[in-house]
Amino acid sequence: MTDATVAGGDKIRCDACPVMCYIKPGAAGACDRYANHNGELVRVDPHIVLEQTVSHGGRLVPFQAGGDWDGKIVHEPNVFVTAIGAGTTYPDYKPAPFIVSSEVDGVDMVTVVTEGIFSYCGVKVKIDTDRYLGPETATVRAEGEAIGHVTTSEYGSQMLSLGGVHHLTGGSKKEGRVTCDALMDLSNCKPVELTIDGGATVVVQAGYPPIVNGVAEERMRVGCGSATIGMFAKQWHGKVDEVVVVDDHITGVLSEHQAGKLLDIPDTGIKMKGRRSTPGRYFQVADPGTGWGGTNISDPLSVLGPFNPKEARPGLTMLMVSTTGEHAAYYELDEALRPIEKQMPPDLKFSVERIQENCEPALCTVLFMGGAGGSLRAGVTDNPVRLTRSVKDALTRVTSGGAPVYVWPGGGITFMVDVTQMPAGAFGYVPTPALVAPIEFTLRLSDYAALGGHMDHVRPLASLRDNTETRPMPYMPGRRA
Amino acid sequence: MKRLPQIALLPDGKRLHLQDGPIDLVIEAKGREGDVRAAYDAAAGRFTGLLDELCAELVELRRPADPIRCTLKGIVARRMHAAVAPFAGEHFITPMAAVAGSVAEEILGSMLAAARLDRAYVNNGGDIALHLVGGEQFTVGLLDRPDRHGLMRTMVIDAGDPTRGVATSGRHGRSFSLGIADAVTVLAKTASQADAAATIIANTVDLPGHPAIVRRPANELQPDSDLGARLVTRGVGVLREHEIEDALRAGVRRAQQLLAAGLIEGAALRLLGETAAVGATGIKAGAPPAFHGNAPERIAHV
Repeated sequence: MTDATVAGGDKIRCDACPVMCYIKPGAAGACDRYANHNGELVRVDPHIVLEQTVSHGGRLVPFQAGGDWDGKIVHEPNVFVTAIGAGTTYPDYKPAPFIVSSEVDGVDMVTVVTEGIFSYCGVKVKIDTDRYLGPETATVRAEGEAIGHVTTSEYGSQMLSLGGVHHLTGGSKKEGRVTCDALMDLSNCKPVELTIDGGATVVVQAGYPPIVNGVAEERMRVGCGSATIGMFAKQWHGKVDEVVVVDDHITGVLSEHQAGKLLDIPDTGIKMKGRRSTPGRYFQVADPGTGWGGTNISDPLSVLGPFNPKEARPGLTMLMVSTTGEHAAYYELDEALRPIEKQMPPDLKFSVERIQENCEPALCTVLFMGGAGGSLRAGVTDNPVRLTRSVKDALTRVTSGGAPVYVWPGGGITFMVDVTQMPAGAFGYVPTPALVAPIEFTLRLSDYAALGGHMDHVRPLASLRDNTETRPMPYMPGRRA
Repeated sequence: MKRLPQIALLPDGKRLHLQDGPIDLVIEAKGREGDVRAAYDAAAGRFTGLLDELCAELVELRRPADPIRCTLKGIVARRMHAAVAPFAGEHFITPMAAVAGSVAEEILGSMLAAARLDRAYVNNGGDIALHLVGGEQFTVGLLDRPDRHGLMRTMVIDAGDPTRGVATSGRHGRSFSLGIADAVTVLAKTASQADAAATIIANTVDLPGHPAIVRRPANELQPDSDLGARLVTRGVGVLREHEIEDALRAGVRRAQQLLAAGLIEGAALRLLGETAAVGATGIKAGAPPAFHGNAPERIAHV
């Protein structure tokens, strides 16, 4: 562990090595590895260059479709310089650490590479599960500290919004540190255990299924209960008298549902609990939970009232299934019109498997979201707002660790990036606390000059190769560095 | 506990990377496998503790060198002094001007003492110590001003040439320059000599008092810089063609003196797209790359 002693002014004395440099705020020591950030000594890691290993196989197949790089030097691989470990010069009164020129398609391109220190940043976590994780706006905690909240859910997924400036710097010191650690771990694709006030404990790791209260989730639903009825009604027709698809949102009932009506499926005298929305569609058949279809039930019959003897008859068959097909049971009514569980006929089992098959694997996905402040932009150009405009005008492409980003419209440069698209260990932190994330701006050299770029700091790509780590970057479908 | 440097093979599995504090070495040796291994072991062994050795005399190493007397004790420190001493009478120079080359030379020396190698280099951030025997040769590529697509010049060094050191100095490097040259690359018999000479020549490529040149006291930028309050170049604005030639001519004159004195074997000087070469038959223009709307490169005639 390296300490630094504060010397005169805001200079610090680095004792990472015997040179014992005095380092001014915003500057790096003789090694370019340690820097003074607001009086704190921070480590600046080696630069990483992603070697785009996509080969040009031919005109019709421009990219090698999937598979890892075979380790051989491909035909003039494009090298994409990422900002990981580039270091930063916050508060950026000097140009971004690496302004690299490389030639892309015969156009002189400039990639301005910097590591942004993001105080205004966080992650949006999408957890593919119908299981109830906690009420909207409930506080999400890591190590007991509030680090975010449950936000509006999305289709088949629960959503968390974590981090942000208030948790990072607005609360206690421990809250800030724990938030920063959780954000960094989530962004670096490491697992983090989160507890939700009045809800579940969930282990979240980007690219992996969520583990809710100790149980790994497998699938996300293909649709709500009503939609599932609509999708599979024809396949059930003639094989079973009634189907109930249990779902936390909308539970569907085949005989009452429009899809059943169109197939002339007769009434069955079924009586659902919950609030009827439209025919065959019921809200709130049970409380949310981690049981059947995201409800709290373990016995599906608990959502049913007694069958109506006017329409029901002994021997009537019924399939009950959850929206993901993970739970299913088959019943026949006895003489007293009580449903009795029986072994499920093979063709109904097949339909349950079909539902399962149509439910995609449940994943946790993590989008890092941050805003590039004016000082970071000043590291790129002496007129920061022009960079913003140039990004909006699509003249400048923004990437983060080489991964594509979505730039939120409106003022500033606020972007989102899927952390699984980024190289391992792309994120770091400074003790502020704030996250350090890579950000690259790529534009034509001429456009760069026009927007007031630091032309005298542009370096050719080749000059980075000796002192940087080069990582082969396997081609990923849908990924364009 | 003794602080250990970073010792690792680079991902290609061939080159050795040694790093400690500000020293960053990339090393490659060619020879029999056992010899290469022995050479790398020796390099790592010699490197361990080398920075501490230097730092023990850091205060004195940062003082202007005496042209004759050397009170330094460490072998690398003394080599640094020896490399800058020929310039110390006339110029301000501290032994630190030759630190990179001297370290490279020391590490290469330890490797050659431990193994028979056909060819080896120790590259210390662009200051390179070379070993060549038999028919081996080195091709060193020179990069032009980075923000323009200039030509790539190459220097070929044969085993028969006296050159065993290559160093580059200029205002874009990690250390500060008193001059305005984008890059001055020097070939010399040793890396430490090349390092010191490149510093001197780069400092001489200058237009004193020119308003387009932004200079700042070195110690404002780096509080403990060996250059103290001397003005170092931070920016070069637009210069007229004849001004560029004047600045280069000053550097070329100095390089020619050093060549005549046997202190260097050759030098290539680069300023704002203009190039001048001195000595060393090996320096030649490489195949010019495709230009994209930029003016073709002009060689300054001096």
